[in-house]
Amino acid sequence: MNHNGTAVEIHELVKAFGSFVAVDHVSLEVSKGEIFGFLGPNGAGKSTTIRMLCGLLTPTSGRASVSGLDVAGQPEEIRKNIGYMSQKFSLYDDLTVEENIDFFSGMYSVPKALRPERKDYVLQMANLTERRGAMTRTLSGGWKQRLALGCAILHDPPVLFLDEPTSGVDPLARGAFWHLIHDLAETGHTIFVSTHEAEYCHRLALMYRGKVIALGTPEDLKNGLSSHILLNLETGDPLETMRALEGVEGVSDVAVFGAGLHVTVYDPASGPARVRERLGARQIAVNRLERIQPSMEDVFVAMIEAEEKRAA
Amino acid sequence: MSRRRLRAVAVKELHHITRDARSLGMALAVPLMMLLLFGFALSLDVDRIPTYVYDQDQTSQSRELIRQFRGSRFFDIQAEVDDYAALERAIDRSQILMGLVVPRDYSRSLGAGRQAQVQILLDGSDSNTASIALGYAESLVRNYSLSIRTDAMNRRGGERLTQPIDARLRVWYNSSLESRNYVVPGLVAVILQIIAALLTSLTIAREWEMGTMEQLLSTPLRPAELVLGKMLAYFVVGLADAAIAFLVGVFVFSVPFRGSLVLLTVSTCVFLFGSLFWGIFVSAAAKTQLQAYQMGILSSFLPAFLLSGFVYTIGNMPVVIQAITYIIPARYVVTILKGIFLKGVGLTVLWAQLAFLVLYALVVFRLATRKLNQKLA
Repeated sequence: MNHNGTAVEIHELVKAFGSFVAVDHVSLEVSKGEIFGFLGPNGAGKSTTIRMLCGLLTPTSGRASVSGLDVAGQPEEIRKNIGYMSQKFSLYDDLTVEENIDFFSGMYSVPKALRPERKDYVLQMANLTERRGAMTRTLSGGWKQRLALGCAILHDPPVLFLDEPTSGVDPLARGAFWHLIHDLAETGHTIFVSTHEAEYCHRLALMYRGKVIALGTPEDLKNGLSSHILLNLETGDPLETMRALEGVEGVSDVAVFGAGLHVTVYDPASGPARVRERLGARQIAVNRLERIQPSMEDVFVAMIEAEEKRAA
Repeated sequence: MSRRRLRAVAVKELHHITRDARSLGMALAVPLMMLLLFGFALSLDVDRIPTYVYDQDQTSQSRELIRQFRGSRFFDIQAEVDDYAALERAIDRSQILMGLVVPRDYSRSLGAGRQAQVQILLDGSDSNTASIALGYAESLVRNYSLSIRTDAMNRRGGERLTQPIDARLRVWYNSSLESRNYVVPGLVAVILQIIAALLTSLTIAREWEMGTMEQLLSTPLRPAELVLGKMLAYFVVGLADAAIAFLVGVFVFSVPFRGSLVLLTVSTCVFLFGSLFWGIFVSAAAKTQLQAYQMGILSSFLPAFLLSGFVYTIGNMPVVIQAITYIIPARYVVTILKGIFLKGVGLTVLWAQLAFLVLYALVVFRLATRKLNQKLA
């Protein structure tokens, strides 16, 4: 289908609603078989980008292709070659599991000979074989979500777009869901997913205010933060501590994290010393001060703050 | 257009319809109730007009006049009173519609060959009935006075006099002039129009509200397939409604059926197509289910009820309104149904009406598809 193994190609893609630019010159490439995560706060433009790639929205400018098909020029062809799962659960509640599957099987014109096989596959994958006759509204969040995924892959599309697929699902079901996603990727499907769970993705793009501000594997992104040292600080009075650390040289950020604080400093040697010095001067007892590995969330917060400073 | 997708949509919609038992019950019961209510209540016939008599004369001549009123099926003499106040009270309380007053000098004037006068009081607050009653009373009095004169002349001898002109009346198609025969076929059309628009008006708005539309749009489904598939599912319900309405019309209201059953079925189907498409168009244009429902009612009920000519004669409307009625599909179905039921006429007379309905269905189908396409962009 595509010569160089690229499943999704986006070049300078823009979507503007009036004067509001939701997606601002985004460019990226996703390889076949990759799980590509789209991260960022709500309203960053993730859903808008995904909807353009599915042919649900027309781009204002720029180009995008999915499986070598042009998003703006061949939306009908695109729809035959993708599966899409929207943020909101969007199957029919008043239809049974099986009726939903049959309906979408019809929508995707799955060949008659393949239909029973695909249906069994989806029922098994979603672990719904025994509940095939159940009314969809009676299923819990995790089942519904797997059924939605199943209905989106009935036609075995090479590329899957998932928009916040794990929102509103309990952690256990979440793990099972990501397991399914990895199985799909291993059989050559490309998965383009907007999520908060970066650790499950092969590669990530961080989106903020319509722009991609960071792109790479989870490790790349964490290492890219080497100019920032993250300290875990525990004191008797976090609020007073925050106030005390304001304006200390070499401290870029202080944020409440659980019962303690996460302090970002620039220098691994002088940073912690300066923090101790200031807290000593203010007579705040330090219970614990240690360097920690940044979590993905810390990375994003730091990157977004850096982006905001650059813009200001 | 893919037949597989079309069928999948229609089957899915039928599932929705059968799952929602209450809505389905409503869809079948509402037209039945409307037909029974309107059919019985909307009687335009005026007979047995409740009347009081105040006979000041109390002679054999005055009693003879009153007997003429008693003998007519149009009047119901409920009491004789002896002052105006009693008449006035009865009219105020809507006990009677008409009061007949025979003055003191009635028989004296008659005997002297002068013109005798009688007074007829009518409750004009219901102007339609009052004017019909007025017509009946006038013609009764005129006939009676004519017969008094011919009697008197004949008694005087000589040539026997006859009335110079005698109109022989024969009313075609509805010989008993029962308004029910005239109202019910039109009513069926109006009810079908309303119910069809209501059936489909929620269907697309609901998909938007539930978020399922987004999922549909990500599939290869085309707007035309969605519109047509949905229409076909609701068409089944609409056809059941039509059958109920026609059976009630013929068997409960005893409306004569003189025309072709095939033509009736064909024109009903075509009309249902158009009306169902209209509901889908409204649904596609609306932002919420509530809005779709209100728009559906307003855009179907009002024109169908007021501008279709089913009760309110189009010829009596201002020219501008008359022009508007030409784009109201109900107008054409009312003509078709009255034609088939009462006159028994066929396609040679009704082809233009039927052609309009076909055109209407095609245009509205196109509109609904276009509207959906617009929403997608």
